[in-house]
Amino acid sequence: MASRTDRRPNPEELLRRVQADERRERRGRLKVFLGYASRVGKSFRMFDEGRRRKERGQDVVVGAVQTEVTPDIEAVLKSIDIVPTVRERHAGKDYEVIDVAALFRRHPEVCLIDELAQDNPPGSRNLYRWQDVRNLLDRGISVITAVNLQHIREQQDQVERITGKRAAHSIPTDFLNEADEIEVVDAPPDALLGRTGREGAPDPQKLAELRELALLLAADVVDRQLQQYLESNQIAMGWGAQERILVCLTPRSDAEPMLRSGLRNTLRFHGALLAAYVEQTGLPAADRERLQSNLAMARELGAEVHCLKGSDFAETILAFAREQRITQIFLGHSLRQGWRLRRTPVERLIDAAEEFDVRLFPHGGRA
Amino acid sequence: MRGRLKIYLGYAAGVGKTYRMLDEAQALRQAGVDVAIGYFEPHGRKETIAKTEGIEVIPRRTIEYAGAKFEEMDTDAMLRRKPTVAVVDEFAHTNVPGAGPLKRWEDVRTLLEAGIDVLTTLNVQHLESLNDQVWQMTGVRVRETIPDWVVDEADEVVLVDVTPRALRNRLERGVVYSQDKAQQAMENFFTEGNLAALREMALRHTAHEVEEKLRPAREEPAAGMSRSSQKEQKERILICLTGSPSSAILLRRGKRVADYLQADCLAIHVAAGPGDREAVDRHISFARNLRIETTILEAADVPDAIAEFARSHRVTQIFMGRSHPPPWWRWFEETIVQRVVRQARDMQITIVAERRR
Repeated sequence: MASRTDRRPNPEELLRRVQADERRERRGRLKVFLGYASRVGKSFRMFDEGRRRKERGQDVVVGAVQTEVTPDIEAVLKSIDIVPTVRERHAGKDYEVIDVAALFRRHPEVCLIDELAQDNPPGSRNLYRWQDVRNLLDRGISVITAVNLQHIREQQDQVERITGKRAAHSIPTDFLNEADEIEVVDAPPDALLGRTGREGAPDPQKLAELRELALLLAADVVDRQLQQYLESNQIAMGWGAQERILVCLTPRSDAEPMLRSGLRNTLRFHGALLAAYVEQTGLPAADRERLQSNLAMARELGAEVHCLKGSDFAETILAFAREQRITQIFLGHSLRQGWRLRRTPVERLIDAAEEFDVRLFPHGGRA
Repeated sequence: MRGRLKIYLGYAAGVGKTYRMLDEAQALRQAGVDVAIGYFEPHGRKETIAKTEGIEVIPRRTIEYAGAKFEEMDTDAMLRRKPTVAVVDEFAHTNVPGAGPLKRWEDVRTLLEAGIDVLTTLNVQHLESLNDQVWQMTGVRVRETIPDWVVDEADEVVLVDVTPRALRNRLERGVVYSQDKAQQAMENFFTEGNLAALREMALRHTAHEVEEKLRPAREEPAAGMSRSSQKEQKERILICLTGSPSSAILLRRGKRVADYLQADCLAIHVAAGPGDREAVDRHISFARNLRIETTILEAADVPDAIAEFARSHRVTQIFMGRSHPPPWWRWFEETIVQRVVRQARDMQITIVAERRR
């Protein structure tokens, strides 16, 4: 680990942590297999893990299976108990609903749920299958499940842009973030193309785009887990795996080239773009106006904008950058002769920002 | 025709890269493809060894070095045998000196050039551009590195993912290492934090490789960009290297940024007098290994020469290491960075972070 600094959490934070830990202990563990398209083999991986756990002595039960399964899954299913789903009919449509009551009675250690993104019929206590799963977890039953990228709600716009199709059912990303473990089932598109598809062959280009999305989604979930782990163990890890760019705005800064370059870098690195300014009192009206328009531009370009309070510009920015795990700080510099006796706040920031890449933008220069 | 290269990328020993690779080799063999194993590292793992059953293994060659015997892939024998697909484990491996190329990836390129398809394995921490990041996050300085461009040449990079918890379970069960070694590993390198961080790197890197392959077909620019930025000129990055050890960090970082921005990447050293030429030469040669175009200039005024070179080569961004401030009795002097900033007024200047632990 980079450094073990004493971060001295306050009492509320400690209490929150203890409560979270307790909740986690009572709760079952959720493991999600994430695939970027159908037929990458995530259901098989899920059932196979169930089989291996059973061989190691855990009490494993299947709570939901797809109607059509491949022969390799069928073979695995022979060795695991199944609590069948209940078929319910509503408005001429059939619904396969997890038998939550039966699962509670049976109370296995681990329950395997295929096809997480299913809806229950209107009027059910839970409208969605993922809510049933949450009930199982709350009762201390661990769940292993499989889900496709196209069913993650917050990804559906992008998936639709790629494929032109939108899946009817979805689960929120928040539920994915609740998972204790997420595992990506990766396979290059050519492997999928090799398998004889039921419908027409999928476009390799589109598959590659979906694959990239799934990998980045998993990276974000992993990043979140990493932060939680570091926080709860009070470890400071200086340099994360993700590029995080902080654009420092001042009333006089030439913000546009910095923000545009920041956005370009963020998109290329699949990183995060933040913009911050340190509040100042007694700003002349013209500066205030310019600052406001800079902030508006930052928001428009999708930066996460933060207004910081602090008496010292450099220290305030640096403390914020450390807290936010920033990797690059973008700063505008004025064209004075060097930085000598009375140094400006920006100059002091440059000197003190040793652990960050500092990119200096000439005012009025290109992006 | 050049053979196709497929890399199984993982984030640590024991995630199952070799197993997945052999799984594919078996599937190919069963489909009637001519597969041979050039190198395979069993690590005493039973399930993995069982996966090689039925696949022809080309005997390794034995090399004596410093009084000990080492085994390496017999590349010549592979070339003679010329299978359709070769299985070559551990892409980043360093060969024993005095026996052909220094790196296994060079052997693999020889096979590819002979038209043999290659399946291989790699952990993300061996990528040159991530070396400092891995060191800072985990405390481990990985010695066996592989230049990023070698990995970029792969036709396919497949992520072999497993959760850190599952991996630590495997360690505990003694699947990866012997019991005592496993305990030590869990306390040092295989901590949950390290594994999560490495895993995130592997996920992001695989996504990057997928994107690189998509780029020619994908229309620029990405979403959210205004039309004016479409015409933006291509970036050119200039890295200013010195004899200081931190120049290696500077080169890795600058090249990584250049790769992601699809920018040209140049490196320059300006010698103002007799300095540590040996260290400079080492950095220059390291830069060329990373496929950075290098230049050495002699000039009395270093910042002036850098700015001049940058201007004449249409550089958009200069990467420099941090200058240490002059001692207090020379407070009026500017550092080199300050002078470059002043002289290269139309360029962006990146002062690269100091990496410490």
